[in-house]
Amino acid sequence: MKRFMNLKPSKVTAFFLGLLPFIIAGIFYIVASDLRLAENPNDKLLPSMASFSEAIDRMALTPSKRTGEILFIEDTSASLHRLGLGILISAVLAMLIGIPLGFIPFVRAGFSPFVAAFSMVPPMAILPILFIVFGMGEIAKVALIVIGVTPLIVRDLQQRVSEIPAEQFIKAQTLGGSSWSIVIRVILPQIFPRLLDSVRLTLGTAWIFLISAEAISATEGLGYRIFLVRRYMSMDVILPYVAWITFLAFLFDYLLKKLTYKLFPWYSAGKENA
Amino acid sequence: MKNIFQSTSKLLVAATLVMGLGASSLMAEVKDKFTVSWTIYVGWMPWDYAQQKGIVDKWAKKYGIEIDLVQVNDYIESINQYTAGKFDGCLMTNMDALTIPAAGGVDSTALIMGDFSNGNDGIILKGKKNLADIKGQDVNLVELSVSHYLLARGLESVGLSERDVKVVNTSDADIVAAYSSNDVTALVPWNPQLSEIMTKKDANLVFDSSKIPGEIIDMLVINTEILKDNPKLAKALTGAWFEVMSLMKKGDTKALTFMAEASGTDLAGYKSQLKSTKMFYDPKEAVEFADSSALPNTMKKVSEFSFNHGLLGEGAPDAGFIGMEFPNGKRFGDPKNIKLRFIDTYVKMAAEGKL
Repeated sequence: MKRFMNLKPSKVTAFFLGLLPFIIAGIFYIVASDLRLAENPNDKLLPSMASFSEAIDRMALTPSKRTGEILFIEDTSASLHRLGLGILISAVLAMLIGIPLGFIPFVRAGFSPFVAAFSMVPPMAILPILFIVFGMGEIAKVALIVIGVTPLIVRDLQQRVSEIPAEQFIKAQTLGGSSWSIVIRVILPQIFPRLLDSVRLTLGTAWIFLISAEAISATEGLGYRIFLVRRYMSMDVILPYVAWITFLAFLFDYLLKKLTYKLFPWYSAGKENA
Repeated sequence: MKNIFQSTSKLLVAATLVMGLGASSLMAEVKDKFTVSWTIYVGWMPWDYAQQKGIVDKWAKKYGIEIDLVQVNDYIESINQYTAGKFDGCLMTNMDALTIPAAGGVDSTALIMGDFSNGNDGIILKGKKNLADIKGQDVNLVELSVSHYLLARGLESVGLSERDVKVVNTSDADIVAAYSSNDVTALVPWNPQLSEIMTKKDANLVFDSSKIPGEIIDMLVINTEILKDNPKLAKALTGAWFEVMSLMKKGDTKALTFMAEASGTDLAGYKSQLKSTKMFYDPKEAVEFADSSALPNTMKKVSEFSFNHGLLGEGAPDAGFIGMEFPNGKRFGDPKNIKLRFIDTYVKMAAEGKL
């Protein structure tokens, strides 16, 4: 049928079509930036490409005069360390809480409403309590990510566990499986890829909490730098940092997707057929 | 092909302008409608009163213009928006005026210096009583702000330097809560957070801005181009300001209560904040302050601090990179790059009753 909805782009066309919005956004930026710079050569809102490369050179290639370290690397490693730790703790916690919630009716009856309610508490609104409990140091930043992300993963896992067909549990019980062995042999293998999926979807949220935590109190980190230089509107530093954060987030998303595919080919295959 | 490109780029330009990213608002011209942004702070509440009670409108009408005062919740954001050209004027401190609009190439003029911090900013140590004890501690403050400047001046006074402490950037909104945390032992907050923390256990005020009087100035800054083309704006704003000042000088309880409530405190709380703020109720005082030789000296110190912290931009070769102009023709820094001007023209008119 020669309807528009049935026309499919070739691989090359699809690639360029995907690229087009980026190019348009880029041109748009350059035009707007040139307009402002023509008016005021010191304008900081939309810096030129040249000032970006200067800022990148200063932040990422030249060691800082004050500490002798490369700020960009220092910021990135501090942030990734916090993010990684926060995600890891969240994932482990979510497994420990989510599986019993979805599997054991008594646990579900006791805790499900609480978890559902707790997951709605905006962590940023109870910051003073978090400061007193976790201090102002590294632990507080990781804790903010954990508190923000864990409930989301827990609720997702609970849902996934309760979606496992009851037939599987009955079958396993006829084969003599105990509650514990069913968790280990039936649920865990099926829930792992879903956990990775869930982590992937909550990465965006984790970044938000990371940046907020670093904005509140820090001495280094990607979020710290952005909020610091905002004080004198250094968009030439902020915009490359934003691009870098976007790239990192995109990269992790991609890697987790690949990892899930590699470790659990049956999971992805099942999804494609569905 | 060329035509397509031309029309596309025209379209882009048009779209850009529509989006408001264009520079059109920066262009000075004679106009009759102005917007000035303000944020909540003890020394700036009179503006809110003037706006709400129609005093600004009255003066604007007298000069045949319209002035809109816009409250912005985030102080830095309001300055950034002013620098980007969204507002004709904005309330800020002398240091931020130098490091944000002036360093960003926006020629700015301090129209009214309304007050200076006379204890509104301070250094607090938990448990320790002397400023010298701060050595080796982590200090929580809003980095690169006037608090940071106050810390640098305080350290200087006891023979220490910033290398002797570690600065931890902490948001002003969370600094009170930060005090409750065990690992926080030194802070540099401003009011009202300062007085809130002082009510807590073991809090000792070891240094405050009354020891460096006149160095942290709160002022109304107007884009110089706009000011040049529209002296009416300056006259109307100055007139409205000193009308409220005279009410405050008389201790008008109604006006003060209004300002107290608008800033989220009560009359007693607001009065105690006013105590650590040196307001220039009388235009004569404001003229004196603007003409004093202390002002260029202060700005020199602020400029050096800003330069040492990279706030004047990476291209700045020295602290005099951004030129400043003071009343009576006094100058500091590069005369070819004057971006910050202090004037007494309009406060003088107020003092002489010519507005």
